[in-house]
Amino acid sequence: MAEHKHTTLVEQPEPLVSPKETYGSITDKIAGDVLSTKTPKAMMITLAITSALLLVFVLAVGAVLLFGPGVWGNNNPVGWAFEITNFVWWVGIGHAGTLISAILLLLHQHWRNAINRFAEAMTLFAVMCAGLFPALHTGRQWLDYWLLPYPNTMGMWVNFRSPLIWDVFAVTTYLTVSFMFWFVGLIPDLAAMRDRAKKHWQKVIYGILAMGWRGSAHHWHRYEMSYLLLAGLATPLVVSVHSVVSFDFAVSLIPGWHATIFPPYFVAGAIYSGFAMVITLMIPARRWYKLESFITDRHLDYMAKVMLATGLIVFYGYLTELFFAYYSGSMYERFMMYNRIFGPYWWSYWLLIFCNGVTPQVLWFKKVRTNVALLFVISLIVNVGMWLERFVIVVTSLHRDFLPSSWDMFRPTIWDWSLYLGTIGFFVWLIYVFVRVMPMISIFEIKHLLPWRGRKIDTSADAA
Amino acid sequence: MNFFTKRPDIYGLMAEFDAPEKLLAGAERAKRAGYREMDAFTPFPMEELTDALGIRHTKLSLFVLCCGLTGMLVGFFFQYWVAVIDYPLNIGGRPLNSWPQWIPVTFELTILFSAFGAVVGMIFRNGLPRPVHPVFNVDRFELATKDRFFLCIEAIDPLFDKEKTRKFLESLKPDHITVVEHVHTKDPYHQGED
Repeated sequence: MAEHKHTTLVEQPEPLVSPKETYGSITDKIAGDVLSTKTPKAMMITLAITSALLLVFVLAVGAVLLFGPGVWGNNNPVGWAFEITNFVWWVGIGHAGTLISAILLLLHQHWRNAINRFAEAMTLFAVMCAGLFPALHTGRQWLDYWLLPYPNTMGMWVNFRSPLIWDVFAVTTYLTVSFMFWFVGLIPDLAAMRDRAKKHWQKVIYGILAMGWRGSAHHWHRYEMSYLLLAGLATPLVVSVHSVVSFDFAVSLIPGWHATIFPPYFVAGAIYSGFAMVITLMIPARRWYKLESFITDRHLDYMAKVMLATGLIVFYGYLTELFFAYYSGSMYERFMMYNRIFGPYWWSYWLLIFCNGVTPQVLWFKKVRTNVALLFVISLIVNVGMWLERFVIVVTSLHRDFLPSSWDMFRPTIWDWSLYLGTIGFFVWLIYVFVRVMPMISIFEIKHLLPWRGRKIDTSADAA
Repeated sequence: MNFFTKRPDIYGLMAEFDAPEKLLAGAERAKRAGYREMDAFTPFPMEELTDALGIRHTKLSLFVLCCGLTGMLVGFFFQYWVAVIDYPLNIGGRPLNSWPQWIPVTFELTILFSAFGAVVGMIFRNGLPRPVHPVFNVDRFELATKDRFFLCIEAIDPLFDKEKTRKFLESLKPDHITVVEHVHTKDPYHQGED
């Protein structure tokens, strides 16, 4: 990322952990928030809304299971619309979690220690939401296990030459590795929770999950190696996952999809939308749980910078698409681009340019990056923009392909919308459960940032 | 420890410090004094202890490499077997061994196997899950996950002597020194062993 290269650091940045925190106060604060029975009032109110959306989700899934994918607005040229749009959107959101926990670890970005746990949880839940869409879109959902290669009486195998099976492997691997990474990071904190818990059943549950972790120096040594290896493995994995997702499009021959720019452009977009979602979720969480001494304004500033950098890459991708549609000399490519900009879905393209091309430009200003309310609004706009990007790619390419006789319009039905909004409810609901039962900030990694004689953590290189 | 030597009466002696630098200084002095069977318990990883405690560099990365290679070979040759041997599909006379298209799955399985190796290897080589351990008998040990730093000299160390080791630990000026008892099980089948 470009912003790591700037080394013109003049003033001393504020410390990553507020100087008034001690080892004890960090543990008491983060573990205490989980063990306390008090839930912030604002969280209760939003939980009510989220739970309502969760019911919508149950209803929407039920509708598809009972009546089949015919309840959606899909038709013949547009064989998949919201399903793949939402799938890509959710997987992309998940990618920021891995970026924060793995890539920033390898780059020695210490500020990640405050947000990695939360972002990893977000990854897990986002990938769970993502996986639902293709699983429901198969039509006969009870046969979804056919996606896996297993010896069967039909004597058949999956087609390993198809990007769709690559997707199955990429996404399941991603979910598994993300879960393991998250769990390994949790082990020492689960032990801390076990030791802080007052009630017997809490001690038992955290105790079982902590597996008897005792903080032995021999264990830490192996633990750190394991964590580093996982970070090194997750880094190429996250790049491969969204590349494979983009192959779903790029390997086909549809105008607007068949482009070599897709893998890098998708990966950048994934990180961009993921950081937007991290900011969307972190700002309320930080406020409600009063975590300002761990998630400082400096953290928000850095996240906004990453968002700006990846946003610029995404915008460059849009410009490249325009250029190549012209430069290809292909009638179909040129028409596709014309249709995107001036066709019946013109509003989605222009809204996309507004959300992803214009809006992030205000992040050049430090005043904006440190203005929490404004940053929250921008992150919401970016989330919408990234959803629109996938919608534009999927629908405008499909609805008018090579033969005008097969052209048609896609109109989402109430079930399309309810399933989409429902997964948002499901996602936020899972985040709420996570915040109530697990420490949302990594306790031991925050302690690692406190300076002591004999060791000073140099954070001046952190995204200065 | 030799299998036939008698198990010592106690597990060891535990000193509690209130700051990481005190623990580090203590561990270094214990090493100079000749103690080898030691362990430290800290709320966060302290890389500086590796030398003082004589922790041997872990071979975990080698294990993970082996797991990754296994995943790679399994991934590639499984696809080869499916597409070339068990279920060959003639698609316009194209070669059955279309290996470039097997790279994504091969790659994902390499990562998956390696990650399993890194996690499972770490957990089992650390001897976890182990919910019961002598150090948990120490009263204030739950602070090891909060803000206290513990140094334990184990009784199996050849230099260990209840009195002398206690004197040595006292010279490190810890906040507390505790005798670490063995785990006393209530399990009737194992009574009398301790």
